[in-house]
Amino acid sequence: MTRDLFTKEITELQDEVLVLGSMAEKAILDAMAALRDGDARWSQKLIEDDQKINAKRFEIEEKCIFVIGSQQPMATDLRSLVSMLFITTDLERIADHAEGIARINVMLGDEPLPRRLGYIPAMADRAVTMLRDSLKAYIERDIASARRICEADDEVDRLQDSVYDECFSAMVADPTTIQRNTYMLWTSHNLERIADRCTNIAERVIYLVTGNMQEINVSKY
Amino acid sequence: MTNISVSNALLGSARAPGSQAAGPAAEAAPARMALNVSNLSAWYGSKLAVSGVSLDIRANNVTALIGPSGCGKTTLIRCFNRMHEFAPNARVEGSVLFDGVDIYAPGIDPVRVRQRIGMVFQKPNPFPTMSIAENVAAGLRFLGVRSRSAIADRVEAALRLAALWDEVKDDLKKPGIALSGGQQQRLCIARAIAVEPEIILMDEPCSALDPVATLKIEDLMRDLSQRYTIVIVTHNMQQAARVSDHTAFMLMGDDGAGHLIEYRPTQDLFTRPSDKRTEDYITGRFG
Repeated sequence: MTRDLFTKEITELQDEVLVLGSMAEKAILDAMAALRDGDARWSQKLIEDDQKINAKRFEIEEKCIFVIGSQQPMATDLRSLVSMLFITTDLERIADHAEGIARINVMLGDEPLPRRLGYIPAMADRAVTMLRDSLKAYIERDIASARRICEADDEVDRLQDSVYDECFSAMVADPTTIQRNTYMLWTSHNLERIADRCTNIAERVIYLVTGNMQEINVSKY
Repeated sequence: MTNISVSNALLGSARAPGSQAAGPAAEAAPARMALNVSNLSAWYGSKLAVSGVSLDIRANNVTALIGPSGCGKTTLIRCFNRMHEFAPNARVEGSVLFDGVDIYAPGIDPVRVRQRIGMVFQKPNPFPTMSIAENVAAGLRFLGVRSRSAIADRVEAALRLAALWDEVKDDLKKPGIALSGGQQQRLCIARAIAVEPEIILMDEPCSALDPVATLKIEDLMRDLSQRYTIVIVTHNMQQAARVSDHTAFMLMGDDGAGHLIEYRPTQDLFTRPSDKRTEDYITGRFG
């Protein structure tokens, strides 16, 4: 096998993508914990920390672009590098949605604990699982797992429906909760978007392995 | 001058070369396939160099032949206009249909074949004692065109098509070898175009040129494919990806002969090759 340097560059870049994935996952978990605990200062810190994730994304992109320019990849190598560019974008956007949840928590301010979050923690659990599974499928080049991730998005959409039902019922029953329930709707929307981004990553895994671009699962939202 | 069939032209009852109307662009409906190559094998003496290649070359397309050194690309392209037989003890089996006529059939005039299927070589090779204009006119004179005005018109048209006219129009009497390498190669392309071929075969036409001259030739190939069918042998995969519509990958087999491994639209071959050997070659894992 030749091109050892190139192979090493691709492996290192892939590791960097996984680091970005870990940062995005931690951003979701922290944003949800701060929301649950009503910790606005923590959320403020998470909002500031999102800049580090953005910087990591640009760092990976710059390296990818240089490798594409210097190594002139073809076939699997080309698909691998192009996929990294798309996946880093999705991971950075996932972190942006986590930041969105942190901002909502800041707006909720000193709402008393314990907070009624309904199906939202379950949505977050599933979204985080989808993120982990999509990155695992990416590393293992596992098409079957990638397809299952797209199917898992349907479950997140169903939970989103339940959050809608709960929030609207509560708003109708007690109009003084409209603002608070609107924040919950925004939170669930951020989680639903995170799950959608995970399906993008899964679709990119399928492209990476097969060379075929196809939308596996059209989200309800 | 209207339609004279290709078969007649190959057999020697040629169209008058001075006729403008008979050029490839004037063909009402160009054949979809310019060449149908079927089970083609080529030998140098007892040495099998190309084994059982079958492929169709699409008309008004650029088709690239890629593969490692020694895989038979050049031998194959030289079979497309009967230049292979210039080599001592060279031999060909199989068929190459040019608009439905086998160029290896008895009675076919190889000189006519090479007029209709021209070739440009790796190293620019203008005739050293001839001027720029004489170089372009050489093929016309060989074909018996005598009218000075007709020759002048054809020289200008060919130089324009080769994107060289503006650079040499005031220096037509200067020696062809006084031009830069890139200009000399375009001069050779003009020389090939002047005799109104339908197919231009290019054997690594840019390998002796600098990057700027290379890109000019590549642009020219794209332009020329509007009027001509182009087949190019190249070692530069990025060049094949840039200029060609279809790409054929060849590889030397265990028998020591070149085999066609994969032949697909260029975009598919370079982004999702179907054969592992193609993948390994274009990603630089061997070759």
